[in-house]
Amino acid sequence: MGGLQKKKFERGSAANYITRNKARRKLQLSLPDFRRLCILKGIYPHEPKHKKKVNKGSTAARTFYLLKDIRFLLHEPIVGKFRDYKVFVRRLKKAYGKTEWSAVERLRENKPTYKLDHIIKERYPSFIDALRDIDDALCMCFLFSTFARTGKCHVQTIQLCRRLTVEWMNYVITSSALRKVFISIKGIYYQAEVMGQLITWVVPYQFSHDHPTDVDYRVMATFTELYTTLLGFVNFRLYHSLNLIYPPKMDSKVEMDQMEDDDYAMTSESNSEKLSALSASLARAVSSAEEEEAELDQFPVEGEDIEQMEAKEKEQKQQKLFKGLKFFLNREAPRESLAFVIRCFGGEVSWDKSLCIGSTYEVTDETITHHIADRPNIEKQYINRYYIQPQWVYDCVNAKMLLPVEDYFLGVNLPPHLSPFVEEKEGDYVPPEKLKIMALQRGEKPANEEEEEDEEEGEEEEEEEGDEEEEEEEDEEEEAEEKNLKMMEEQRSQGKSLQVKVTPGKVKAENSARLEEEEKAEEKRLAIMMMKKKEKYLYDKIMFGKKRKVREANKLAAKRKAHDDAEKSKKKKAKK
Amino acid sequence: MEWYKDFPHIGYDLDGKKIYKPIRNKDELDDFLDKMENPDYWRTVQDKQTGSDVVLSDEQVELVKRLQRGQFGDVNFNEYQPQVEFFTQEVMLHPVTNRPADKRSFIPSLLEKDKVSKLVHAIKMGWIKPRRDSRDDSRGRYYDLWASEDTSNLARHRMHLPAPKIPLPGHHESYNPPPEYLFTDEERALWEQQDPVDRKFPFVPRSFSSLRLVPAFPRFIHERFERCLDLYLCPRQRKMRVNVNPEDLIPKLPKPKDLQPFPTTQSLVYRGHSGLVRSISVSPSGQWLASGSDDGSVRFWEICSSRCLKTVQVGGAVKSVAWNPNPSVCLLAVALDSAVLILSPALADRQVVLSSDRLLSAPQEAEPIEGDGLVNWSDTEGEELNQGIRLKIQHPKAVQQVAWHTKGDYLASVMPDHSSHLQVLIHQVSRRRSQNPFRKNKGLVQSVSFHPIRPYFFVATQRSVRIYNLVKQDLTKKLHANSKWISSMAVHPGGDHVICGSYDCKLSWFDLDLSTKPYRMLRHHRKAVRSVAYHRLYPLFASAADDGSIIVCHGTVYNDLLQNPLIVPVKVLRGHVITHELGVLDVTFHPTQPWIFSSGADATIRLFT
Repeated sequence: MGGLQKKKFERGSAANYITRNKARRKLQLSLPDFRRLCILKGIYPHEPKHKKKVNKGSTAARTFYLLKDIRFLLHEPIVGKFRDYKVFVRRLKKAYGKTEWSAVERLRENKPTYKLDHIIKERYPSFIDALRDIDDALCMCFLFSTFARTGKCHVQTIQLCRRLTVEWMNYVITSSALRKVFISIKGIYYQAEVMGQLITWVVPYQFSHDHPTDVDYRVMATFTELYTTLLGFVNFRLYHSLNLIYPPKMDSKVEMDQMEDDDYAMTSESNSEKLSALSASLARAVSSAEEEEAELDQFPVEGEDIEQMEAKEKEQKQQKLFKGLKFFLNREAPRESLAFVIRCFGGEVSWDKSLCIGSTYEVTDETITHHIADRPNIEKQYINRYYIQPQWVYDCVNAKMLLPVEDYFLGVNLPPHLSPFVEEKEGDYVPPEKLKIMALQRGEKPANEEEEEDEEEGEEEEEEEGDEEEEEEEDEEEEAEEKNLKMMEEQRSQGKSLQVKVTPGKVKAENSARLEEEEKAEEKRLAIMMMKKKEKYLYDKIMFGKKRKVREANKLAAKRKAHDDAEKSKKKKAKK
Repeated sequence: MEWYKDFPHIGYDLDGKKIYKPIRNKDELDDFLDKMENPDYWRTVQDKQTGSDVVLSDEQVELVKRLQRGQFGDVNFNEYQPQVEFFTQEVMLHPVTNRPADKRSFIPSLLEKDKVSKLVHAIKMGWIKPRRDSRDDSRGRYYDLWASEDTSNLARHRMHLPAPKIPLPGHHESYNPPPEYLFTDEERALWEQQDPVDRKFPFVPRSFSSLRLVPAFPRFIHERFERCLDLYLCPRQRKMRVNVNPEDLIPKLPKPKDLQPFPTTQSLVYRGHSGLVRSISVSPSGQWLASGSDDGSVRFWEICSSRCLKTVQVGGAVKSVAWNPNPSVCLLAVALDSAVLILSPALADRQVVLSSDRLLSAPQEAEPIEGDGLVNWSDTEGEELNQGIRLKIQHPKAVQQVAWHTKGDYLASVMPDHSSHLQVLIHQVSRRRSQNPFRKNKGLVQSVSFHPIRPYFFVATQRSVRIYNLVKQDLTKKLHANSKWISSMAVHPGGDHVICGSYDCKLSWFDLDLSTKPYRMLRHHRKAVRSVAYHRLYPLFASAADDGSIIVCHGTVYNDLLQNPLIVPVKVLRGHVITHELGVLDVTFHPTQPWIFSSGADATIRLFT
């Protein structure tokens, strides 16, 4: 029969993938433009299952894109804009060369721009999709908003990022969506729950960056371009879901109050500055008083679990954590972060007037309950307020309750700050501080708990080591017997009469439970021997992972113990 | 003057002689002292032409100052002299020129027309665009993008793999972590040594006593950038995580308890040899145990009492001993150096001893047969005869192993040699005949064995086991062991199954009815397998290895051809001490009891019951 001979690499997986260079040639784009397009459209390379087949027999390292993805890029209107831009640059150069300044000006004004709205809509067909992916957008915008205007990127971009992030923070405050905060050495992590989605972002500390040379800022700028668009639309939608006015405006009452002390900035600027101060509530399309009154009564729905209800209640309680408390920030405490967190949980906050615009009350205010300072001591202290370090605020948020302030007074050694994102499973190491907080949450009193915990941990370790010891013991017994025998034999061979001695036999206490266990362990060992190679490999891998986990937990526990012991001995010495 | 920078002179005079630079040996310190002490320092200037220092006079300093201020150098120059006009400012009655206006000032310019028409054309064609509104439209830029949420679930979106989120930070990353999360000096050194890719954390945990001391994180922008790269450059792949309970992976086997009897404990140790015990053999009656050792002796033990009844010095390291399986005779074949000895230990009742004597002495007339030149049969005399050595079969090469046929008349001996076809000899004891069954060399022979029932002969070479039909005199089967080097072989008493131990720690079970590939490979041992054995009655087999362990397995063979043998390891026996990296050298089962004997490199023989 026969028919046409099938050619190699013309069907199957080889036809589904395309290398990057081929894709670029197909789209007639330069590499930077192709990159930009991929970033904007969210096209990523794929790893084919059989690389050699796709690579037409060669094993060279190549990146592959799905051919369908590249075909999809062919219809993108933005590609045309890229080409327009190329033409624009060419014309501009020509005009410069001919010193036709009017032409330069005209060209500049008609610089081709593009909009990314349709791409956002296409990539995130529903709002929830967009929210799910907002993490990276927030991180990037927060980073760019801290950049100085040094020419690493356009000033407009920085301003836009700042505006959008302030809008976002204001939204989080108004909806009190913040759940967790974590001060790390990298920056401050925040986690908010918006429409059921957990969104985490990190904000760098407020320092000027020394810009690394090995970072391609063009790539970052492209991402930021996309992210600002996304964040803008998301903000718009979120503001409207809360009946807030977008672009945000201050509440008219507050604005009226503040009009009086508007003495150092122009009105247009001061508006955005005031927004970024995070101290005032936002204007609503529907008046806020009505809405709050119309709070829904809760009906226990039949299907709903009691646990769920409880969780909801707890959440609401957390949202009003700082309600009724009045904070004052000293000038060395990180203002923006603290103000954001405190306002999110219903507290009132103010700062020195010279520090930032938007302070609402003075230091001398008698109703201030907490004064947050980050220095060893303050000379002039007011009586009826707590002077605490900033970590108290963050720890309270993570513990979902007001922690005792004693540990956080000025000049006191702070308790460790724990990550709220770690959820310990069974067998993991739990630092004692966490156990303490958990006990506090349960409502127990923190007395003598540490000792108990230590004991528990000790027991666990012993159990783990137990199995190995048993085996060793057996071996030792046998060895001892053998030695005895050898001794006897030697004596016999040397012609000595045996020292005949009858000693009363000892009854070996047979531990039936232990015997059973041993038997089971041996059975298991024998069964493991009969495993198939593939399964054995998997089993070994799993067991290795488990053992490593245990080892790590033990190591941490041991380290902690050593540290505590050292501390204790130090204390004792100090007493002597 | 820079041409003379590296030379000691700065030019030439009219006579062509070099003009030398003035000697300047001022260093920084002198310069500084000069600066401090010399009041004229500030007006001292170096003349580039001559290289000498010149102190400016007051007038010169004044000139410099005037020039710096942008004034004329000449003090006396007046820059605001009254202007002398060519024409008066006032309009005079008569103009200076009385030329009438040009015609071109009344007709439209063609040049301009051309320019305008070009512009119009460009605008028409869309080459030039009218100015855009420069109003900032950023305020109204955003709108409700998802106002009309279409629920169209495109394939693109179904197939989309969202990028994994950044892992959330743990306690390590805190600015004030619990003390156990901080690095010790060793950990820190390790972290610095490691490649950045291998590090568990991309940062060193640090602790600060208060928030205001926390510095900026130097790699923040890097990390963001790396995330960006991950997002658009990293190939994405959906990985299925295996989420199995490890307990489920362990195969469900029948409990060893239900498969009893099998040896479980070490009950007797036979001591007496001083060298490694290479080989042991149990008499068919199950009463006696023979062992051959490197110390040049063969010992006979009573099994129940562990007493050595008899020691025969044979004068050479014993490689192999084999008890004649025929219960009506009592003979032992011993392989040492290049000879095979037949011993009659006289450890049975008179009848049996007599019959074995008869077997040995039957054919006195030695007929010359083919292959006779190879082997020399001789009776022993004197001291040797007194010890019980009856026959000596002298081989041309060193003998490694001897094996009896079940009937007890034929005896096979192995002389491993790479380059010869003379590796296996089959002797008939009653007729004192020997023959070499093979004409070709098929590889280094490791061990041989007779089929217990049928006239088959198993030869294990390095990589494979060949089964020959002795009647038809041809190869019936070749089993591929999938191992590098077979060390030992045992045939199931039913004759349909073979196990092979190999030096690469494997034990392969062949089902002769099934295939020429192993039915099951067992990798239980951690070191080379030295010996394997089947039990004659119970469904047991054992393997001994250099790691000092003997693994007893239950291996039921069903009569039903459809059912594969069931192999369950039931016991790991330990007892032998590893000496010179050698553990257990030989194992055999007791012919009737579920007992196992093992001999080791520690010069002991052990019985496990």
